[in-house]
Amino acid sequence: MHYVSNTEEQIKEMLDVIGANDVSELFKDVPQSLILKEKLKIPSALSEMEVGRLLKSIAAKNNTGMISFLGAGAYCHFIPTIVNHLLLRGEFFTAYTPYQPEISQGMLQAIFEYQTIICNLTGMDAANASMYDNSSALAEAAIMACRIKNKNKILISRAVHPEHREVVKTYTNANSIELIEVGCSNGTTEIGEHKDFAAILVQQPNFFGLIEDLNAISDFAHENGALLVVSVNEPTSLGILKSPGSYNADIVVGEGHSFGNPISFGGPFVGFMATKREFVRQIPGRLAGQTVDSEGRRGFVLTLQAREQHIRREKATSNICTNQALNALAVTITLSTLGKELKNLAIQNLHKSHYAVNSMENAGIKRVFTAPFYNEFVVEVKDLKKASENLIKNGILPGLDLGKFYPEHKNRMLFCITEMHTKEQVDELVGALSSD
Amino acid sequence: MKLIFERSVKGRKAVELPKLDVPLQANLIPEEFIRQELDMPEVSELDVIRHYTALSRRNFGVDNGFYPLGSCTMKYNPKINEDMARLEGFSQLHPYAPEESSQGALQIIYELQQYLKEISGMDAFTLQPAAGSHGELTGIMIVKKYFESMNEKRTKILIPDSAHGTNPASATLCGFECVEIKSNSEGEIDLDDLKSKLTKDVAAIMITNPNTLGLFERRILDAAKLMHDNNSIVYMDGANLNAMLGIARPGDFGIDILHINLHKTFSTPHGGGGPGAGPVGVKKHLERFLPKPSVEVVDKKYRLNYNLPDSIGRVRAFYGNFGILVRAYTYIRSNGFEGIRAIGENSVLNANYLLAKLKKHYHVPYNRTCQHEFVLTDKYLSNDVSTNDVAKRLLDFGFYAPTIYFPLIVHGAIMIEPTETESKETLDAFAEVMIKIKEESVNDPEILKSAPLTTPVSRLDGVLAARKPILRYERTMALNEPTH
Repeated sequence: MHYVSNTEEQIKEMLDVIGANDVSELFKDVPQSLILKEKLKIPSALSEMEVGRLLKSIAAKNNTGMISFLGAGAYCHFIPTIVNHLLLRGEFFTAYTPYQPEISQGMLQAIFEYQTIICNLTGMDAANASMYDNSSALAEAAIMACRIKNKNKILISRAVHPEHREVVKTYTNANSIELIEVGCSNGTTEIGEHKDFAAILVQQPNFFGLIEDLNAISDFAHENGALLVVSVNEPTSLGILKSPGSYNADIVVGEGHSFGNPISFGGPFVGFMATKREFVRQIPGRLAGQTVDSEGRRGFVLTLQAREQHIRREKATSNICTNQALNALAVTITLSTLGKELKNLAIQNLHKSHYAVNSMENAGIKRVFTAPFYNEFVVEVKDLKKASENLIKNGILPGLDLGKFYPEHKNRMLFCITEMHTKEQVDELVGALSSD
Repeated sequence: MKLIFERSVKGRKAVELPKLDVPLQANLIPEEFIRQELDMPEVSELDVIRHYTALSRRNFGVDNGFYPLGSCTMKYNPKINEDMARLEGFSQLHPYAPEESSQGALQIIYELQQYLKEISGMDAFTLQPAAGSHGELTGIMIVKKYFESMNEKRTKILIPDSAHGTNPASATLCGFECVEIKSNSEGEIDLDDLKSKLTKDVAAIMITNPNTLGLFERRILDAAKLMHDNNSIVYMDGANLNAMLGIARPGDFGIDILHINLHKTFSTPHGGGGPGAGPVGVKKHLERFLPKPSVEVVDKKYRLNYNLPDSIGRVRAFYGNFGILVRAYTYIRSNGFEGIRAIGENSVLNANYLLAKLKKHYHVPYNRTCQHEFVLTDKYLSNDVSTNDVAKRLLDFGFYAPTIYFPLIVHGAIMIEPTETESKETLDAFAEVMIKIKEESVNDPEILKSAPLTTPVSRLDGVLAARKPILRYERTMALNEPTH
């Protein structure tokens, strides 16, 4: 099934108007040696029914039937029914970047609301319209900090998501920025002695689920004339935890997918980025701003575009153009729906995860770190392979094998408990984990 | 219209969670970490539905009407793609689920790479980049890594003056110096200018083909040879690949690195600005630099390979915008090889038909057969009517506006890309309105200068927005609703 509208007869009429005999004449500028003679080796077209059957059979090869306690940057949260209904309105999802504001007020206002919500959550002055994901937002924050401070060195905590650290490294390598990893002690960031850096990047709660002492890290950064960049990978934590802004963070980035976007094998997600008023002109990406129309009515436009690639080209603050607008809209609708109930949601994550840890400890399973945590925690198992097999046998996806990213944490698993898990499911997990 | 925050009524709720089913415990985290306030809207479910439905009605997408935004390929986004991406087997799959539990997802990634290789003529792909410019960045990182591996210091990237702004921005992000190459009188890369700037320290050229004027670079093979003779890399921005589908392949005309926009060429929705996906294809000699992990087949099982020592590293967590990949996969399988070719042919047919209808009325800077899009100028407009005025007036007639003032080398550029999914009737209606607007510029210029007249708001004050930036709602903000 293709989606071309022209009929054979219309094609003839159109060629007449153009003054061509055949469609092939329209490709006369393409060197003849390059014109494909053979048909592409792509399977033949499928009808809607056939393609539906095919995709369902492929989807069925993924096992999503087990109970999952996996988090580690991709979190399973409640998505209110209305979110998908609203997202599927074609006026939103078949539009592009709102270049013509007069007929794009819907998306522009939604972006403005999104920016407001992100500011409220993070305690910052201004947020952009979205980034690709948490990892690339963190990398862009590192580059932004170097630009602001005119320095070439970045510190990053080892307790930041390992894949996010890899992405930051890829970006800083390309930019010839020195990236120094700051170690951990008992699961939280241990600062050490460093000088002459543009910023320190930490994650709150960190990859092990632990709550970092942001006061101390903030003081360390600012005493050294550097910026504090806080990455919030699990933003439901902001329903109960103090905002990074209240620790005087300079740039806050994070992952918004927890609000209204399914885990979908890790994407599309939505990165957010917020900063202080004084750094707004250094922020990458789109910004929606309020203004008035010629009759004085409130309206919204893309603004401060002198930072962006389509105006500034090689002098832009970033190369970002297409972002994650629809995912940001899902965040906005979800948080509008949750409202102050977000606090209750965060409390449920907190209590259920602590119930799980207590039950495990009662069953003789050792919790590795002692610092306060939100909804993720690390436990030690005797034999990770055996424990994983045992969990799978019980219809439970194993927790994340921490040894995969941290050689010093072999036979340790990272679990995540959210509002989606029932007490019975947690009890099953504890039972299956303690049975070997 | 009110903001969602302005609809807030203290105590109102749209959602309720189940009662907590575990025992409540005190002091789970120290008081010093707990936040005191949480400023969120307090609204009902119906409030949310009405609010965002009203916002959607103040927005315009391909589903509403013709969207000839040049270089953005605003084709129809098939609904079946949305349903397939939402299948539970895809949408509920965790990225760290064991490989045995993710065979379907890895199959989608692997096979989509195979299809893109066949369509583009490249040897290997990564699907990790989240958008076109992210793909460009990935491509230029590969360029950088390639020369590092050869122990060569190359500092410059050549970029034609008609290129998208993301090209120089991506090159700069990797520390390269951008050198501009002029276009010639035919709207193509000036090969003499290219030769004069092709020094030993040039790492690559970033070419867009068809270029942003909608023209095929007829001397692409010569340009590529010049670059290769200098041991430089030819990068292609695949934003305009739609015109080439099933007709010719970048891999056959000397391209070493190519990015593709799945949200343009392969019908995944633009989402009001994203998400997209920007797969990057390379020739064999550059494959080892692609981001990790790659997806491979070993013993008839799909697996992720992280053991890629020469890789530039990750450019994104997990495996890219997977849900977008499912949509593109569905689209390619729906079209098949027959449909893919029909896309290339009809996108070019539609553009040339519209060009033929408009060229008597608007100045065409390069009077040639175009590919998937074409560019007009403001030269024939009367009474100081500007390109922007034409764009705003189009909104009154139920059309989105073309891309305007780009490419920069054309004065008052109006860049029109109809795409293959539009019918002849739609193109006729659009041409008629464009001609009417041209007449209005002679007879009634004021109406153009005050357009749009039928939209929810009239022209907005962009200068005010930039001079006194208001980037978020604050409770003290006065509501300025219409008084009439």
